Amino acid sequence: MKQTTKTPLVEMRDISISFGGIKAVDHVSIDLHPGEVVGLLGHNGAGKSTLIKCLSGAYKADSGEIYINGERAEINNPRDARHYNIETIYQTLALADNLDAASNLFLGRELTTTTGFVNDARMEAETRKIMGRLNPNFRKFKDPVKALSGGQRQSVAIARAVYFNAKILIMDEPTAALGPQETQMVAELIQELKAQGLGIFLIEHDIHSVMHLCDRASVMKNGEMVGTVNVDEVTDEDILGMIILGKKPEGVAS
Amino acid sequence: MTQPNTATSTSSADARTGLVKRFLRATEIDTRLMGMIGALLAIWLGFHFYGVIFNGYGAFLTPRNLWNLSVQTSSIGIMATGMVLVIVTRHIDLSVGSILGFCAVIMGMMQVYVLPQMIGLGHPALWVLAVICGLVLGTLVGAFQGWLIAYRTIPAFIVTLGGLLVWRGVAYLVARGETISPLDSTFALLGGGPYGSVGATGSWIVGILGCAGVVFMLLNGRSQRRKFMFPQRPVWAELFLGALGCGAVLGSVVLVNSYPWPIGIVRAYAAKNNITIPEGGLFISHGFAIPVLILVTVGIAMTILMTRTRFGRYVFAIGGNPEAAELAGINTRWMTVKIFALMGFLTGLSSVVASARLNSATNALGTLDELYVIAAAVIGGTSLAGGVGTIYGAILGALVMQSLQTGMVLIGFDAAIQQIVVGSVLVIAVYLDILYRSKSK
Repeated sequence: MKQTTKTPLVEMRDISISFGGIKAVDHVSIDLHPGEVVGLLGHNGAGKSTLIKCLSGAYKADSGEIYINGERAEINNPRDARHYNIETIYQTLALADNLDAASNLFLGRELTTTTGFVNDARMEAETRKIMGRLNPNFRKFKDPVKALSGGQRQSVAIARAVYFNAKILIMDEPTAALGPQETQMVAELIQELKAQGLGIFLIEHDIHSVMHLCDRASVMKNGEMVGTVNVDEVTDEDILGMIILGKKPEGVAS
Repeated sequence: MTQPNTATSTSSADARTGLVKRFLRATEIDTRLMGMIGALLAIWLGFHFYGVIFNGYGAFLTPRNLWNLSVQTSSIGIMATGMVLVIVTRHIDLSVGSILGFCAVIMGMMQVYVLPQMIGLGHPALWVLAVICGLVLGTLVGAFQGWLIAYRTIPAFIVTLGGLLVWRGVAYLVARGETISPLDSTFALLGGGPYGSVGATGSWIVGILGCAGVVFMLLNGRSQRRKFMFPQRPVWAELFLGALGCGAVLGSVVLVNSYPWPIGIVRAYAAKNNITIPEGGLFISHGFAIPVLILVTVGIAMTILMTRTRFGRYVFAIGGNPEAAELAGINTRWMTVKIFALMGFLTGLSSVVASARLNSATNALGTLDELYVIAAAVIGGTSLAGGVGTIYGAILGALVMQSLQTGMVLIGFDAAIQQIVVGSVLVIAVYLDILYRSKSK
């Protein structure tokens, strides 16, 4: 990938966070440019999700800074993150199981009527619109999301992240619960969003999807950043080596 | 059912269930609600005919008893609507009975000792100030407990268990164990009684407003669905729902209007207003009691709050998945404070009704109310696992609880058996609810 001189969309500098004396993330820096997909890899417990949660506002970093478009950003909670147009698809999906798709999609950002009441009809209509694009087979608009299949739930979570004009999208294993066809759909969506100029952090275990979808790949191990590589310049064995050995292959620039 | 049954004789049973299903789908009536109303009717009929058979007189299904039942339900019902929010968000409030007693004592002190000295006995604003005082106090106590729960992360069970003891003790200290009475005469009207009711004409006005509300809701629902091109209910279903709603409202008006003032009150009233009582007595209707109207108003307001506002949506979201609610940008801690403050406000309101009804305040007022309130909410379908509950369910639950108690008093069960029955019904009701939910999944 070409070395951009433009200011990155997101820059996380020297982020550290620990839980009960265990350093979950240890002085990690990472950046993301508009129209770029950065894959984040590593073993379970390597600190990928924790790092990303500092950006989405779920955790607050013990030290380190976050810059959005070159400006210092204070992200203390998920509301702050949304304010910076950061949207997240969590591994757990973070859906309220007892509410229907529309209520989940608009949770925290409900559409209201002029009198200030929630406008359920309009929210459902909007949900039908976006689901028609993302998952045309989706029909269960009236049911609580606990009645939905894994793939349907995933599509609700994805719809929520995409609907609100995100500039920065964090996807934590977005295809973990999906079948091949739905996985393909997510891949196409990522390409489409990338073309629209979004920056995407993609946490993913499947190296082939990373090679296929990402521009750069960052590998973490035991809370530390092993390194970041341009996907074009490495093989999947190189990345696998980084994950397992925790060493950056020689002769590869980032 | 007004639909003609065209099924052939061979499959008539199948066709009938199909018809019931179609009917339920078309009218979108909640089967759970139907079950609760069915249970309520069964309790009412059971007590009535038990009386007819064993005591020679059915006292339950009389205007007098049903009117009294409505008044007795008010205090628990008002609090139960708030308890729904508390339980839906996976908390519990054990302190409402004590807070009720505490608010009642303070309001009593205000009316009897403090305000008369400040603004004079019988001042028209006296009752207003006393009520405001009680509502503010309840809200503050609730908010404080909510703060301990949300920002100091002490479990709600512990905070409110402490509150159960603390506020009862404070009430005792303030009242010094005395009964504070009589309360302001206008204040006492808020508790019901012949003067604390709106009379025949007032009840008809309330009834007509109620019917207008039913019609407006149905029309508004239709126009919303048309606007977004969602499937409509069939017209016959809309008409059925309208008739059912208006029928229930007007039926209750007829009921409360057919309960006359007792003869002594009529005599006193006639003497005071120089009316000569005609032969055969003067029939003055009670009409809706004021506490019942307060309960209905609270029920409507809380239903709107829970189903039509962001606040209500967040309550359900927190109950369904607290972590997801937080990640969706909802300030769950502040929500908890607000929910407990609202519970406190409603407890204050309930305290007004309860103390006004007795025309006195004691530190024992509301003892064990927390258990009846929780039971009402749970019988009404509020899930202790969180995320599920309705306001109308809680009010119906309060009515069920009160019906059981009243019924057992009427047929002469003693207190020990009453407790056994109420306790058993609570457990059975929740078990039936669990069965219902696991089937409907």
